[in-house]
Amino acid sequence: MKSSDLYLRRRRSNIIGLALSMLAMSVGLLALLWILFVLLSNGFAALELSLFIKDTPAPGSEGGGLRNAIVGSLMIVVLSVLVSTPVGILAGIYLTEYGDTSKSAELTRFVTDIMLSAPSIVLGLFVYAVAVASVGHFSGYAGSLALSLIAIPVVMRTTENILRLVPGSLREAAFALGAPRWKVSIMVTLRAAKSGVITGVLLAIARISGETAPLLFTALNNQFFSTNMAAPMSNLPVVIFQFAMSPYENWIQLAWGGALIITFAVLFLNIVARVMFREKVKV
Amino acid sequence: MSIDSASSHNNSIEISHLDFFYGNFQGLKDVNLNIAEHKVTAFIGPSGCGKSTLLRTLNRMYSLYPGQRAEGEIRLYGSNILDKSQDLNLLRAQVGMVFQKPTPFPMSIYENIAFGIRLYEKLSRSEMDDRVEWALTKGAIWNEVKDKLHVSGLSLSGGQQQRLCIARSVAVKPKVILLDEPTSALDPISTAKVEELITELKQDYTVAIVTHNMQQAARVSDFTAYMYLGSLIEFGATDQIFLKPQRKETEDYITGRFG
Repeated sequence: MKSSDLYLRRRRSNIIGLALSMLAMSVGLLALLWILFVLLSNGFAALELSLFIKDTPAPGSEGGGLRNAIVGSLMIVVLSVLVSTPVGILAGIYLTEYGDTSKSAELTRFVTDIMLSAPSIVLGLFVYAVAVASVGHFSGYAGSLALSLIAIPVVMRTTENILRLVPGSLREAAFALGAPRWKVSIMVTLRAAKSGVITGVLLAIARISGETAPLLFTALNNQFFSTNMAAPMSNLPVVIFQFAMSPYENWIQLAWGGALIITFAVLFLNIVARVMFREKVKV
Repeated sequence: MSIDSASSHNNSIEISHLDFFYGNFQGLKDVNLNIAEHKVTAFIGPSGCGKSTLLRTLNRMYSLYPGQRAEGEIRLYGSNILDKSQDLNLLRAQVGMVFQKPTPFPMSIYENIAFGIRLYEKLSRSEMDDRVEWALTKGAIWNEVKDKLHVSGLSLSGGQQQRLCIARSVAVKPKVILLDEPTSALDPISTAKVEELITELKQDYTVAIVTHNMQQAARVSDFTAYMYLGSLIEFGATDQIFLKPQRKETEDYITGRFG
């Protein structure tokens, strides 16, 4: 008798616990689905060919597209990835393979953690002071610099964490052949962690491609098509920010279209990163 | 201690008054021992007795870890490798090591072998091909992999991976090969292949092997060292250690009364 009482009580608390966690899960999932739904229902109408081949329209004019913003965003993001990937990976290698528990490595980790959680607007303001105010004009380069400051710590910490998963015996085996430390790090350890490191880079790209605040201060915007990175440059996040709050119907429409493009680009990168990481774990 | 039994041969390595410390813990206590050239020397003893520690002093693998240090002398063909001026990379190119778990590099079978060779030699394409074939043949794995040299080393079975690792060590033509429990992660058939390989290797190389398996020590080695709690208890010709041990502790361990 007693034991069946216990069983029923356990089953009841199990059902309650399960219900609560399902509820919490559905709140989170609902929020995401809601965002996607609103984005799709508003942005889908904007998805026309003109979105990709026309530039942002002047106030009051009809139609228009986001060509200049898409190209500008791509250039700014690609440049900052080109900068932050080698810096982040090499710094990550330093942390695991060279610094390890030394004071300078611990300090680097501490600073990186602060950088990771620093509000992006602060980084934007910093780059504004250093690379915009000092030269007197906004530029695509300054935008890339600001995004790099956000991406470097992400790449660095993922690289470090992934390299830590590489078994020490693999390093020892390479050292045992007489290989110097830099060759062990680059040709064996990093290679063993390759897909994890690439995942980190993809996640960093996903992170920076939607950043708005640092670009407001740095790349600003440009109504015209321009590939000159030394001048103000159009980019999707800032265009969305400006157009969404405008009184013009077609601007608002374009803002939704831009939001949709960014969301799907980020979603795509995340899926690729996950698939890559899953394959890594299988090996 | 019958060190004399080894003294009639040339020695590759002469260890004298070796102490080893993990921080404050002393892992080896006044070890004196010679490792004869072109012979197999086995280290046996219960877990934690210091046999792996001793092996890892011979290529200074411990130097990778701050806080670990060795005192005394280890002479490799006459020069003291514990010297501060010793170039560790050059030392490790002369004293190869194979580990408990197979550790193929994340690259092709061919590249696994070529990696070590490229560190110290510049070979033409065809010379490299020949050397890779030679090493894989030495590792008794050539016939199994000759048709898939450009397949990842990770795709091989555990036993094949271990023979690949032995071939990789042999490829750089070291003088001494250290084997740290090389068969403990392998099945009996792979173990037999590796043991056969060890016997082949001693024609050209000096081999030192750490093993938990006493039958293995008896099968493959010419000399055996029994260690306990960081000290070398008894050292001599393998036959003598297994048939007529001089020390009671050695006899107890070998007959299974202890350990």
